[in-house]
Amino acid sequence: MTSVTFTAADSATMLRRNLKHQLRYPSLTLMLAGLPIVFLLLFVYVFGGQLGSGLGGNGAPHGDRSAYLTYVVPGILIVTVASAALGTAISVASDMTEGIIDRFRTMAITRAAVLTGHVVGSLLQTLVVLVLVTAVALALGFRPTANALEWLAAAGVLLLFAFALIWLSAALGLAAKSVETASNTPMFLTLLPFLSSGFVPTDTMPAGLRQFAAYQPFTPVTQTVRGLLAGGPVGTHAAAAVAWSLGITLASYLWALHLYNHRRAADPK
Amino acid sequence: MTISPTAPAVSTRALRKSFGEHVVLDDVDLTVAQGTVFSLLGPNGAGKTTMVRILSTLIPADAGECRVGGHDVAADPDAVRALIGVTGQFSAVDNFLTGAENLRLMADLRHLGRDAGRRRIAELLERFDLTDAASKPLPTYSGGMRRRLDLAMTLVGNPAVIFLDEPTTGLDPRSRRTMWQIIRELVHDGVTIFLTTQYLEEADQLADRIAVLDQGRIVAEGTPAELKRRIPGGHIQLQFAGPHALSAAAGLLPGASPDSDQLTLQVPADGSVASLRRVLDELDHACVDVEQLSIHTPDLDDVFFAVTGHTTTGSTVRQEEEALQR
Repeated sequence: MTSVTFTAADSATMLRRNLKHQLRYPSLTLMLAGLPIVFLLLFVYVFGGQLGSGLGGNGAPHGDRSAYLTYVVPGILIVTVASAALGTAISVASDMTEGIIDRFRTMAITRAAVLTGHVVGSLLQTLVVLVLVTAVALALGFRPTANALEWLAAAGVLLLFAFALIWLSAALGLAAKSVETASNTPMFLTLLPFLSSGFVPTDTMPAGLRQFAAYQPFTPVTQTVRGLLAGGPVGTHAAAAVAWSLGITLASYLWALHLYNHRRAADPK
Repeated sequence: MTISPTAPAVSTRALRKSFGEHVVLDDVDLTVAQGTVFSLLGPNGAGKTTMVRILSTLIPADAGECRVGGHDVAADPDAVRALIGVTGQFSAVDNFLTGAENLRLMADLRHLGRDAGRRRIAELLERFDLTDAASKPLPTYSGGMRRRLDLAMTLVGNPAVIFLDEPTTGLDPRSRRTMWQIIRELVHDGVTIFLTTQYLEEADQLADRIAVLDQGRIVAEGTPAELKRRIPGGHIQLQFAGPHALSAAAGLLPGASPDSDQLTLQVPADGSVASLRRVLDELDHACVDVEQLSIHTPDLDDVFFAVTGHTTTGSTVRQEEEALQR
């Protein structure tokens, strides 16, 4: 076998390991799905009536709770992606405290395989959680206009962005000194969707915040998904969404790999 | 990956390692011949684990040369990794998987292939008496079972050189015996073993050669017999009620050294029942009453005292003092 097939085989082995962990302890997956579902119910049923009546202009539908449901689902899907990425930091950080990581480091295994296993495992986990959240949205009456191709494109954009945030979260998990820190540092990822066009249009925000919201990466991703699912402009948003995703992925991947390779082995007692 | 038949299994030359100001390994030279058991003996904090971590490519040395199977550890770590297996005192198992799944993970990472992997796993489960527990989750395993699984995982890839870092620390006596038996079988199969331990008895039982490590330096090296020749043998310590009994007993037992302050008498003995009976018969015959009796067999402390002039606890205390001063 060549080194490329070894890399693929080792990464697949590590992926199987992570999926077994997820299946054996499904509580983390359920917790990751719980947060966006609670947000969805909260925003639609508590704030939705009021927020819906404020929607209008810029091609957004006008009016009521169901209009707000249509508006907010893409934002909720982005929260889903961000919250699922949190799980990566926690699982990477807790894995690094296990003795088996030192064993891996004494074996002739592709260096990145441990991380690749975590990242691809988290990506599949995110996909499952996205399907769950979408199912709840549909049950609440979300009726997107998208055709099959647009659904696929929306899923592609979400997963590409998820891939970027998961690598970032993996790096944050490696950089954290403890599992507790690892569960806190990526929290800003779940906050950023609120400072974007996810929950209310950015032009209702005060100057300063409005510019930040318009240019931070969560907004183009949200707008792309919204455009694909509910109709609306996609073009430049999609380009920005893809560019942000690839940029964050590359930088985070290099950072994570550096941290893993230079991580000091756990101190002997 | 194989070892060239002429290369030593492990060798280090002028190996140095410090953590900050604290020198952990200070000019260590070692050579371990293929197919032998080499034991690095020393108290906690002597640098044993650091040595294993450097040789197993986990941390770099500051200076000096290390080779495993002829491959330079720093320049060609992957060649070294392909040859070695490591089992430490801290368990290196995946707690979220079952015993069989842990072994499967190792078989996959060693690229054994499906059928060869399955055969190897069944064989190791059988050999380490884990077949019944194979599909149970790890939190249900006892300490001894975990250690056996840990070693079984190390063996999946048939490593030529195995590092065992205090493999029996924390195990009950029975599990310790089992572990020793397993290690003997491995040597029989031609594997080279680099064993660290703080028990003289363990090194004595298993090793072909022993090196005594103290504060990062090798202070003595040789076969177990050579080392034991350097330490005062065991003795029987007798405690008496008064000076008369003490001097009477000292007169009866030639070679005994009395301590008139403590009212004790140290009688050289090899620890056998026969030698003990001889001493007691002698005293009985002369109607000398003994208050208390204790049997002392040579241990790591005696080796230490003989080769360094201080005890193991003394060195630990000194290190702690040094640490406090920093």
